[in-house]
Amino acid sequence: MSDIADRVKKIVVEHLGVEESKITESASFIDDLGADSLDTVELVMAFEEEFGIEIPDDAAETIQTFGDAVKFITEAS
Amino acid sequence: MFDLTDKRALVTGASGGIGAEIARGLHAAGAVVGLSGTRTEPLEALAAELGERAHVLPCNLSDAEAVTALPKVAIEAMGGVDILVNNAGITRDNLFMRMSDDEWASVIEVNLTAAMRLSRGVLRGMMKARWGRIINISSVVGATGNPGQGNYAAAKAGLVGMSKSLAYEVASRGITVNAVAPGFIATAMTDKLTDDQKAAILTNVPAGRMGDPSEISAAVLYLASPEAAYTTGTVLHVNGGLAMI
Repeated sequence: MSDIADRVKKIVVEHLGVEESKITESASFIDDLGADSLDTVELVMAFEEEFGIEIPDDAAETIQTFGDAVKFITEAS
Repeated sequence: MFDLTDKRALVTGASGGIGAEIARGLHAAGAVVGLSGTRTEPLEALAAELGERAHVLPCNLSDAEAVTALPKVAIEAMGGVDILVNNAGITRDNLFMRMSDDEWASVIEVNLTAAMRLSRGVLRGMMKARWGRIINISSVVGATGNPGQGNYAAAKAGLVGMSKSLAYEVASRGITVNAVAPGFIATAMTDKLTDDQKAAILTNVPAGRMGDPSEISAAVLYLASPEAAYTTGTVLHVNGGLAMI
């Protein structure tokens, strides 16, 4: 697994308090990992800080799963 | 009680009677205060009076770009914003049938939209800190209406709906959002009333007098305090009994 994926996973574990094994490529933050809509905003904020990138609101809306997040961050950073 | 040491408060309309008193109250409780307003001179005078822990942050709230920039400027000056007091307000009174679009829009822009933009701008830091206080200064007329103030009353009622909606969203993050609704308070704004108008108003105030800005400041201080952590989405009416709601 890539370095980015590891760092994203760590943030998700910390913020949502879920077991690492549940975080699969297609795991949806809201449907599978128990996030509410405000949690997803906080995750995006955390990603922005960890990776030093800007994630605009319209892009943030497309980040639904762990895989989406890794893909977006990989392309952006 | 009510120790705000190390808390950083941004107060809009700090050049006005109520805003200045709110800033004094928060400052006296130990907070660092960011004094915002359109007129720099009274802000400088207030900062000089307060001494340390006071920053002058001029901003024209009818300028959307300046409003969006203000939270960043405040965070840069103070290191963060833990308490936001949306106090600034203007009036452009007119009979409803004669009210121009501009009179309507300018009051909504400054009294309501600026409060939304500033709240949005400070939330990120508050979410991270898991602590925050947003206090919106509404008005009794937002609840009761007032002839000649359709625009002002709409904006002040709007602040209440906004406060409650935001309070729902961020309560789990240790952030409270409340409103304070002053009645008739002795300030430059109410000085414009004639003696006859004042006497007529006071017949409806059970307390029999106008309020003092310090009585609004005390309400804000409570809502800003750590002790008020469980008070959110509420409207604290400070009106001498004018409207018991």
